[in-house]
Amino acid sequence: MADMMKRVPVAEQEPKVRAKNFEEVCLGYTEKEAMEEAVRCLNCRNPKCVVGCPVSIQINEFIHEVKEGNFEKAAEIIARSSALPAVCGRVCPQETQCEGVCIRGIKGEPVAIGKLERFVADWAREHGFQAAKAGEPNGKKVAVIGAGPAGLTCAGDLAKLGYDVTIFEAFHEPGGVLQYGIPEFRLPKTKVVGPEIENVRKLGVKILTNVFVGRSITVDELLNEEGFDAVFLGTGAGLPKFMNIPGESANGVFSANEFLTRNNLMKAYLPESDTPMRAGKKVVVVGGGNVAMDAARTALRLGAEVHVVYRRSEEELPARKEEVHHAKEEGIIFDLLQNPVEILVDENDWVTGVKIVKMELGEPDSSGRRRPIEIPNSEYVMECDTVIMSLGTSPNPLISSTTKGLDTDRRGCIIAKEENGETTKTAVYAGGDAVTGAATVILAMGAGKAAAKGIHEYLSNR
Amino acid sequence: MYKITRVEHLVDKDWLMDVEAPYVARKAEPGQFMIAKLGELGERIPLTIADYDREKGTITIVFQVIGASTEKFSHLKAGDYFTDIVGPLGRPSELVEMTKEELEKESIIFIAGGVGAAPVYPQVKWLHERGIEADVILGARNKDLLIMEEDLRKVAKNVYVTTDDGSYGDKGVVTDVLKRLVNEEGKKYTRCIAIGPVIMMKFAALTTKELGIPTIVSMNPIMIDGTGMCGACRLVVGDQVKFACVDGPEFDGHLVDFNLAMKRQQTYKTEEGKALLELLEAEKSHGGCGNCN
Repeated sequence: MADMMKRVPVAEQEPKVRAKNFEEVCLGYTEKEAMEEAVRCLNCRNPKCVVGCPVSIQINEFIHEVKEGNFEKAAEIIARSSALPAVCGRVCPQETQCEGVCIRGIKGEPVAIGKLERFVADWAREHGFQAAKAGEPNGKKVAVIGAGPAGLTCAGDLAKLGYDVTIFEAFHEPGGVLQYGIPEFRLPKTKVVGPEIENVRKLGVKILTNVFVGRSITVDELLNEEGFDAVFLGTGAGLPKFMNIPGESANGVFSANEFLTRNNLMKAYLPESDTPMRAGKKVVVVGGGNVAMDAARTALRLGAEVHVVYRRSEEELPARKEEVHHAKEEGIIFDLLQNPVEILVDENDWVTGVKIVKMELGEPDSSGRRRPIEIPNSEYVMECDTVIMSLGTSPNPLISSTTKGLDTDRRGCIIAKEENGETTKTAVYAGGDAVTGAATVILAMGAGKAAAKGIHEYLSNR
Repeated sequence: MYKITRVEHLVDKDWLMDVEAPYVARKAEPGQFMIAKLGELGERIPLTIADYDREKGTITIVFQVIGASTEKFSHLKAGDYFTDIVGPLGRPSELVEMTKEELEKESIIFIAGGVGAAPVYPQVKWLHERGIEADVILGARNKDLLIMEEDLRKVAKNVYVTTDDGSYGDKGVVTDVLKRLVNEEGKKYTRCIAIGPVIMMKFAALTTKELGIPTIVSMNPIMIDGTGMCGACRLVVGDQVKFACVDGPEFDGHLVDFNLAMKRQQTYKTEEGKALLELLEAEKSHGGCGNCN
C-alpha cells in the first residue's frame, strides 16, 4: 500500500539533460499513476479545492471519475468550467489555489490536482475526445479583443451559450502569453497550446489574426459599424517596464518580453527560424517573478551561465516554488538581496557588466513585504554580456485611448467590475491582465468566464 | 494569407509591391508602417506603407534588400502570398492631425534619402490632395539608385535632386541643397520632415538646427511585434526612452539620440550577415566570407 500522506511522484526529465533542450520538463502521469493519485482524494462534502479554483472546476467530481478510470466523464466535468485544462494543469500556481486549501495538505501532501487535470486534458486530446459542445445559435454577435487566456475563455463560454463570436488578435498566432511568454519546456506549443485553441475554434469561434484593435479597427467601429452586440477586452498587460538606470538602452539589454517573444513565438532557438537571437555567454536576469524564471531558464538552454538578481530574499520571490526549484536544479545562480544600479558598456555600447548594490530588508511596506534598503558602499561589478529586464508589465494604453468613454485607473488598467467584467462603457466588458495588471493565466480565465456571464445577462435582458 | 497583386523592381535592391491587406488599407495614414512575415518560421519585418487604395483594399510597400528576409521577399511574384501582414502600426504623421488652416500657414520641406523616398511620398501626396504644395529634396548615392522621382514630381511643388557622385542632379548630399535653398535662395521653411538612413537624418537634423527649422524624422529601429510589447525598438528622445512602434515612428529630430540608434541597429549584424550568406550560397556554402568562388 502506498503512503497516503504523499502524492504519487510525476516523471520529469533529468536536470542535466533538460538544461540543454526545450522539451517539456514534466512528463505527466500515466493512466495507472493518475488513478493511484486520485484514490488519495477524500471527496469532501464541502470541497474547499473548488472554492480555491478561480474558475470553480468540480474538482472532487472529476477526480472521482479518474479514480474509476472514466476519463471521458472527467474531461466533460472539467470542460464545464475550463476551456484550457491542459494549459492550466501545467501553469497554474496550484499551491496557492486549489491545492493550497486541500484537506489532504494539512497532514501530508495535498492531492496533485493540477497534475490530474493535466492528465485528463492530455488523455482527451490524445484520444480525440471533444468534451465541450457549441450552443444553439442565438443570432447575437460578440467581438473578443485578444486571444490570450481571458479572451479564449470568454469566447469559449459565449460560444457554448450560442453566440456568434469573433476573436481579434494582433499577433500572427493566437494564444497571447501562452504563445509568446511561457516557454516550450513548460507549455509545449504544437502539442498542447495549438490543440487547446483548436478546441475553442471547434465551438464555432472565429479567430482573426493580424488585426490590431486600436489601429486596424476601433472598438467603436466594431459596435457601431460591424454589428457586434458586445465587446470583450482581453488585451492583457504587455507593456514592459524598465528600471530607468544608466546604460539600459545598450546592446545586449532586453526586456523579458522581447527575449521570450523571439524565442517562443518566433522560435529563434530553432536553426530554421529567420528571427535572430543573441543568447549571450553570461546573462543577468533582473527580477524574481515567473517571467524572470522563464527568461533565465531559456537563456540557460541557449548555453549561457545565468544569474537571477533580485532585490529581496528567497522568501519573497514572487515566482512559483516549483519553478524556482526547477531553475536551481538546472544550475541557475540566484543572487538575492542585490539590485542593479547601472549597466556598464564598451565603446560600441555593448553590455560589459552590471554595477550591483547589496540590499538588506527593512520594515514591511504598504504591500506588507519587507522593504529592501541599499547597504552603503556595497557596490560591485558583475561582468556579463546580456541583461534581461523582468520587472513586470502594464497594460498598453492604445485601446483605452482610442475608445470613447472607456475609463482607466492611474496605472492604466481598464476599470471593470470583478463580478461581471462591466466597464464604464455600455456593451463593453473587460477582464484579465488588462484590468488587474500582470497576474496569472487562471485569474485571467476566471475573469473571462465572469465577463461571458456578464455579457450573456446584458444581452439577454436588453 | 495576403496576396501580392503587383511587383515592380525599382532600382538595384529596391522593390515595390502592392499587397491585398484590407484591414491595413482602410485605416492607413501617412507616416504609418506595417509588418510583413513570410513563411511559418519567417521573421517579422517592419516596412513603410508607401501608398494605399482603400477601395481595392491594397497597400503599396517599398523595401530594400538588406538581409536574408528581404532577399526572400524580392523573389516573390504577383500572385504569391505573404503569410502575415499586420497594420497600420505607429502613429500617423503629425500633419494628419493638423487642420487645413494650420497646414496652410506652414511652408514644408521634405528630405528623402535613398529608399526614404517611399515613406515621404504618401505625406507629400496627402498634402497635395489638400491643396498644399511642399518642396522635396531627393538624395541618393548615384543616379541608378534614385526612386520615386516621377511620383514625387507629380505631387510636390519643387523636387531638388542630388547624388553623392554628381551622376544626376546636384553633386553632393541633401544637406548641401537645404543650406543653399535657405542661405542663398532665401527660402523660408517652417517645418522639415527628413526620412532616410539614420546617418542622413542625423546630419539633416544638425543642419536644420543651425538653420532654426523644426524637424521631424522617421526612425527605423529593430522591431519584433510593432505593438509596444517588447521595447526592442526603444530610442532615447530628449532623455526619455520611447518605443518607436507606438510613440513614433516620427520624432523631433532635434531631440533624438542618433548615435545610440545607429549602435542599436547593429545588434544582430553578425547573425544577419551569416543568414544572408547562407541563403545566397545555398548548398555550396563553405562557411567562408562569400566573396570567393
